[in-house]
Amino acid sequence: MASKKYLLKAPKNDLRRLPGFTTVTLLCLFILYAPLMVVAIYSFNASTSITNWGGWSLAWYGDVFFGPEAAKFQQAAINSLIIAVCAAFAATIIATAAAVAMNRTGAFRGKTSGFMLINLPLMVPEVVTAVASLVFFSTIGFTTGLGTILLAHIVFCIPFAYLPISARMQSVPDLYEQAAMDLYATPLEAFKLVLLPIMMPGLMSGFLLAFIISLDDFLITNFVKGAGIETLPTAVFGSVKQGIKPNIMAISTLMLGVSVVFVSLSWLIGRAGQSQQETK
Amino acid sequence: MAAGAPDGASSKSDIYAGNGPRLMLPVWVFIGLFLLLPVALMGVYSFLTKEFRGGVIWDFTLTAYDQFFLDRGLFGDDPAKIEWTYIGIFWRSIWQAGMATIMCLLIGFPTAWFIATRDAKTRSIWLFLITIPYWVNLLIRTVSMKFLIRDTGPLNEFLMWSGVINEPLGLINTNFAVQLGLFYSYLPFMVLPIYAAVERYDFSLSEAAADLYANVWTILRLVILPVVKPGIIAGCILVFVPSLGAFLAPDLLGGAKTFMIGSLIEEQFKGNAGNWPFGAAASMILLSIVMAVLLIYARSQTKGDK
Amino acid sequence: MTSSDIAIDIDNVVKRYGAFTALHGVSMQIHANEFFTLLGPSGCGKTTLLRSIAGFEDVNEGAIRLYGNDIAPLPPHKRPINTVFQQYALFPHMTVTENVMFGLRRSGWSRIEAATRADDVLKLVQLSNFADRKPAQLSGGQQQRVALARALAPRPKVLLLDEPLSALDLKLRQAVRVELKQIQRETGIAFIFVTHDQEEALTMSDRIAVMSSGHVQQIGTPREIYETPINRFVADFIGETNLLNVTVQSVSEGTAQVILPSGHPFSCPAATVNSDGTGHLSVRPERIELCPAGGGDLDVKVESQVYLGTDIQLHTRVADGEKMIVRLQNAQSTILPEIDTVVGLKIEAGAARLLAD
Ligand SMILES: Nc1ncnc2c1ncn2[C@@H]1O[C@H](COP(=O)(O)OP(=O)(O)OP(=O)(O)O)[C@@H](O)[C@H]1O
Ligand SMILES: [Mg+2]
Repeated sequence: MASKKYLLKAPKNDLRRLPGFTTVTLLCLFILYAPLMVVAIYSFNASTSITNWGGWSLAWYGDVFFGPEAAKFQQAAINSLIIAVCAAFAATIIATAAAVAMNRTGAFRGKTSGFMLINLPLMVPEVVTAVASLVFFSTIGFTTGLGTILLAHIVFCIPFAYLPISARMQSVPDLYEQAAMDLYATPLEAFKLVLLPIMMPGLMSGFLLAFIISLDDFLITNFVKGAGIETLPTAVFGSVKQGIKPNIMAISTLMLGVSVVFVSLSWLIGRAGQSQQETK
Repeated sequence: MAAGAPDGASSKSDIYAGNGPRLMLPVWVFIGLFLLLPVALMGVYSFLTKEFRGGVIWDFTLTAYDQFFLDRGLFGDDPAKIEWTYIGIFWRSIWQAGMATIMCLLIGFPTAWFIATRDAKTRSIWLFLITIPYWVNLLIRTVSMKFLIRDTGPLNEFLMWSGVINEPLGLINTNFAVQLGLFYSYLPFMVLPIYAAVERYDFSLSEAAADLYANVWTILRLVILPVVKPGIIAGCILVFVPSLGAFLAPDLLGGAKTFMIGSLIEEQFKGNAGNWPFGAAASMILLSIVMAVLLIYARSQTKGDK
Repeated sequence: MTSSDIAIDIDNVVKRYGAFTALHGVSMQIHANEFFTLLGPSGCGKTTLLRSIAGFEDVNEGAIRLYGNDIAPLPPHKRPINTVFQQYALFPHMTVTENVMFGLRRSGWSRIEAATRADDVLKLVQLSNFADRKPAQLSGGQQQRVALARALAPRPKVLLLDEPLSALDLKLRQAVRVELKQIQRETGIAFIFVTHDQEEALTMSDRIAVMSSGHVQQIGTPREIYETPINRFVADFIGETNLLNVTVQSVSEGTAQVILPSGHPFSCPAATVNSDGTGHLSVRPERIELCPAGGGDLDVKVESQVYLGTDIQLHTRVADGEKMIVRLQNAQSTILPEIDTVVGLKIEAGAARLLAD
């Protein structure tokens, strides 16, 4: 009875235990997880109909990897991964440079406008970004394809990478870099050898966040992808438009698994970073 | 919506002084060149003449906006009346986004409250549970929702099997389905800022009030609401703004009657309509609405600071 | 004294932060091999001065010379000066050895030489057994010694220490003091040590500079600072002292004739005197003897006794209301006067000192 002591002194009107709030929270979790659970379960359905339950089977996973559409989805998955890795990598570098500018260079002209620019992709509605990108690429005559997708992804990944990186940099006092410079390190060495390793958890979270955001995108990709090139979301969308088929549920479940793994990873990294700071 | 303050009091460091502009260059190149400039170009496009099957002719005209706001009859020579079709679509989008925001608030506030009042360890686990679904691909989530609430989907099957209903609820392709989808898409955006506000709240304050025989609801209204109001407002904006221009939820969960801005714009570029200037004009109008909301919010924030 | 004997020459340095002036024309010269201490109350500019020497702040006026050369144009990483930071600032992602080797590698030592040197320095601070630990796995005192080792390893010309002992508890602090002083003697490097603990300053330093609000008040050996404070601030800040308002009759050749509040004439060494002929007579509490009322230089009324272990303090009051503290040895032979009785005080002639404000 861990709460025994608590029970003794709990006031009658305890705001920490408002009536019904627990129920709502559980309901909330139910709403969030029920659709995903149902799809995950039905992805193991043996039946070819998505409506009827025909017992457990891995048939649809087999279909995803070896079925008639396997090649299409595999290519789409590869495209998605390449773009997500490259976009996240580029966004992490750009965001790190920006975080140094915002947190470590004192005042300079264009600081406020630069800060607003970093946040711009968060403020412009996705569909507007999509339209603007399409219009821009078609005006300057870029052939739409992987390159345009990548450019567009880097842009909207930057603020997401910036968020954890800047937060982490703010929490690391500049004392370490001063100590490094006191010990004959040039500013660049102080950055590379001291600041960067210390804020590695922030960089990793930034990278993972950007990676997931890039993988997640459908709308902008759909506008700038050009004919014949698909990422996983656009391929799935195209397929869903013709009705939900069981292989889509298997793909969905796989993507769900990947997301969960990545989020857990970034959560654990964040925690590790925190505890490292606490013991300092 | 801002990613951390530009210069918090704790970070007045200038170790790399003088390098600021250089380090910001990539941001200017990428976001400036590939977002700011395109948005400006899109503004220009909204004043150009459409070419059939996509693209534009570089002739400046107000046709796109005219088409949006005014009805000149089938042959364009009737006296101009107000065209309600597109204003109606925008209005419906605002309504749908508003309803989704209210749903998020009704569920999100108690949830955020509940989480923020747990002890530190369990709190982070609850928070983690709430945020995981957000990281699952939005398309996958929307498709899952569609799968669940279809007339022949597991939800209706279960309810009919258990005898609660006799025929399917007919949820799919309704306004409510779209609202549910939007709610499902953006719920964590409501929970997190409210959570942050509640977490900062010192409960000994309300305990003092409870000592003075105030009842729970009085305390909630008089003591706590002012404290968490900023979190609620931030949450509402974070849900409302993306809902307004959302595409997937209305497209997959709604039908013709639930057409929203996102679909209207998409149709001009990817769909059958193929009217780029009109799509650009609709985008400009959407962008203006969103910027107005954000500006009002920013104003209220800076005023609140003083 | 040749210029090669002066490690750091601080020449009329002014440092401003916006409208606020943190250093008002500070001058001092620190000799090679010297343990030099900056002492002063919080906010008086000690850290600012150290940061200026290390190169983290640009000074607005004046010059800082290292063995005769102006170091203003050198950025921190080009100055052969190392710092032991108040919060140690050990690199958390490196082991103790890596921390110590950092400065060596950056200043061009080969890996092998650096490793050997790191071993030697860690031996010097008695941390050889902890070479492979991360800073988070060390105690406060051990971290402090790593910080010292790290700063000493590249053989800087000058070592700056900004309150390095303030994070340690009293026992450890006393032990490390001795160690630090010993290391300074062994290495022969000029140490500039910052503290606001006067006992620390008095026990460790060759010379002390007492600062207040951006000004240097006095520079001298611990003994000079303690026994011949130059003004009221120094006397008050260093140790305990009684400051009596007196009327000055005459000053000649460093000796002053004054009238005590009791009307008694008194002659004493003088530092400076106010032009209006009043001054403060500084008398250390341990340099006063008790005697029967009327038999000494002035009479006081005993107000309370404070027991201090080795000593007993008498709090007394002169007729005109000024407080006098007298410190008596806690010995069997000491006879303590009753509270509220009037006793006489005899001031040791050479020990009192006439000061200006
Ligand atoms: N970056 C700065 N901007 C403005 N004022 C500053 C800055 N750094 C220091 N000061 C001011 O300069 C004065 C001297 O500060 P400094 O840190 O040198 O004091 P200190 O003697 O080291 O005190 P302490 O014993 O508390 O460490 C203080 O009044 C401080 O407020
Ligand atoms: Mg200081």
